[in-house]
Amino acid sequence: MALVELRNIRKTYHLGGEVIHALDGVNLDVDQGDFTSIIGPSGSGKSTLMHILGCLDTPSSGSMKLDGMDIHTASTRQLAKIRGEKIGFVFQFFNLLPKLNVAQNVELPLIYQGTPGRERSKRAMLALDMVGLQDRAKHRPSQLSGGQQQRVAIARALVNDPRILFADEPTGNLDSHTGELILETFCKLHEEGRTIMLVTHDPEIAALTPKKIEIRDGKIAQDVDAKLSGKQTRFQFKRTTPSSS
Amino acid sequence: MNPWDTIYLGIKEIWAHKFRSMLTMLGIILGVSSLVAMSALVKGMENGMKEALVAMGGLEKVRVEFQDDLPAYQKHLTDQAPGLLMKDVFALQAGAPLVENITPIVEQHGYRTRINVTYQNKRARPWRLYGTWPGILELEDHRVRHGRMFTELDNEMARSVCVIGVELRNDLFGDPEKTGEEIIPIGKTIRINGQPFTIIGMFEHYMTEKERKELELERLRALENPQPGGVVRDKGRKGSGPSGYVFRLKNNSIFIPLQTMMIQFRAAAGLDETADPRLSGIYMKVRDINVLETALQQIRNVLLVSHGGIEDWSFRTEEDLADGIQLTIKNFRMSGVIIAAIALVVGGIGIMNIMLASISERIREIGIRKAVGATNADVFVQIIIESLVIAVVGGLLGLAVSVMLVNSITAFTPTENDPVVTVEAMLFAFSCSAMVGIVAGMIPALKASKLHPIQALKYD
Repeated sequence: MALVELRNIRKTYHLGGEVIHALDGVNLDVDQGDFTSIIGPSGSGKSTLMHILGCLDTPSSGSMKLDGMDIHTASTRQLAKIRGEKIGFVFQFFNLLPKLNVAQNVELPLIYQGTPGRERSKRAMLALDMVGLQDRAKHRPSQLSGGQQQRVAIARALVNDPRILFADEPTGNLDSHTGELILETFCKLHEEGRTIMLVTHDPEIAALTPKKIEIRDGKIAQDVDAKLSGKQTRFQFKRTTPSSS
Repeated sequence: MNPWDTIYLGIKEIWAHKFRSMLTMLGIILGVSSLVAMSALVKGMENGMKEALVAMGGLEKVRVEFQDDLPAYQKHLTDQAPGLLMKDVFALQAGAPLVENITPIVEQHGYRTRINVTYQNKRARPWRLYGTWPGILELEDHRVRHGRMFTELDNEMARSVCVIGVELRNDLFGDPEKTGEEIIPIGKTIRINGQPFTIIGMFEHYMTEKERKELELERLRALENPQPGGVVRDKGRKGSGPSGYVFRLKNNSIFIPLQTMMIQFRAAAGLDETADPRLSGIYMKVRDINVLETALQQIRNVLLVSHGGIEDWSFRTEEDLADGIQLTIKNFRMSGVIIAAIALVVGGIGIMNIMLASISERIREIGIRKAVGATNADVFVQIIIESLVIAVVGGLLGLAVSVMLVNSITAFTPTENDPVVTVEAMLFAFSCSAMVGIVAGMIPALKASKLHPIQALKYD
């Protein structure tokens, strides 16, 4: 069974009497261990799709299942719980809390799950270890470089051991070299068997991922394996088939 | 979410904006401290008034007084009204077991009936001349400081003896404040309306707590910088506040035995130049304040019989005074509470304002928290706790400030009744501050919890 199942998802906005179909009947399956990129021009609805996939938003109609649970009928409280337990987010602008230090930022999702303090810091250190920033635990986000901040954000997304990781233009705010490092981190996570969805407008980045979904005008225009497209990219990573766990 | 984490988070958030939080707390500090200080002042005032009530003989005292204004249906019987007589006293002693210490009293107003008290070339005018039984000592809360009270034997023999208040000693023999030595005139013979009376006792100097303090303060000042010589002059009567009258009255009274009064001042005092056997009143004490109503009914029944059904008397209890005190206290307390409530409301608005500002600069943070799994309730509780922490810390500081405030009030006005800080007032004020914190946090918390995560995340 697919980890995420979208069936005929629609999202409609009403802006001053004008009706905008941000998503217009999207069907999508994401399997365990998939590394998928969602690509499309701005305004295509890719962000909306990711928000719905990430349970930040609810569809206007259609059905959605995540890990066997019906999402389209869930209450806001249930959605918050699902976000806390099953989903990790990495944003374009890092979205770290400036008043907290790195370790506290990483701990944040655990606080809302009621994890006791000692276990929280243990797991936060483990997550920081995964992104190689254990020695920066006591630093403030403002004392780190952009790439380091994004790695802290990845650690935060990983700390609750989510079923699926969403990244919204994770390299959009970084220079190309740092961006590569971040993408490398994602590839590594993919190799470890994590399910990752990456939203981007950059076809070169999208070409890196085994699966690619192209969105245009709120519809899926292309749902192909990147391997089949055969495009060459400037990124040269060793690619392995995902271990199915 | 663990509540301790939430509280920790709230304290941290407030600590991050120390100055802003401090200013916000100021409103709560003022509200709480004014509430506590006000109630302390009122409590001090209440104590002063209760003091006067005790000086009058307490709530248990019942006075039966002659009243020639009969009830409407008995108006035609006015000329048959017997008045209060000694037989009523004996009837009450026999027939009203709920009251004790039944004491007849004949009272002469010093000014209305022009009573002159003289000693050698000095003259004084007492406020009251009482002819009564020794039992009056307990009823009126009198304390004999020098000599003795007259006894039942003195009464029986109708001896010409008297017990005087301190003011009369001051007028006739000299004020220790001016002469510098205390004269105890026991054994001296004074004349009351020309008739010789031997002083056998003198009461203590009754004064309010306030007067006592004033006196003490004056003595201290005199010790610190003694005035060299000069003419000592009376600077007029000192104001002694609303409760001072009772004390001055007691200091200006003369007591003589009832029989002496009847023989020497009442034997030919009636309008028709015949002896007047009527008493001005019968004082007594109810055995238990809880049966006051029943006791009054009992007295009424006895007197109705002995007066042949004519109701030519009235009851005087101190209930009116007590009610008056209650009312005054209630009014003061009410105005205090209103002032403090206004201060607290202003403080609460301050908190609400700062919380609204705080959440609008943290919209993004709220979005992030929601994205990583915070429920609406988590966000709501977090904001409420922050507001509560401000209010509670402000409340605690306010309690500290209130103690200082009360101390400084005492320092500035040492002669007033001491304000009394009560634990109840502190608890009340503190819980008020906590409540204000919760109420003030409600709207900002609701606003924050209702934010949509995506819009909050996109907010700059």
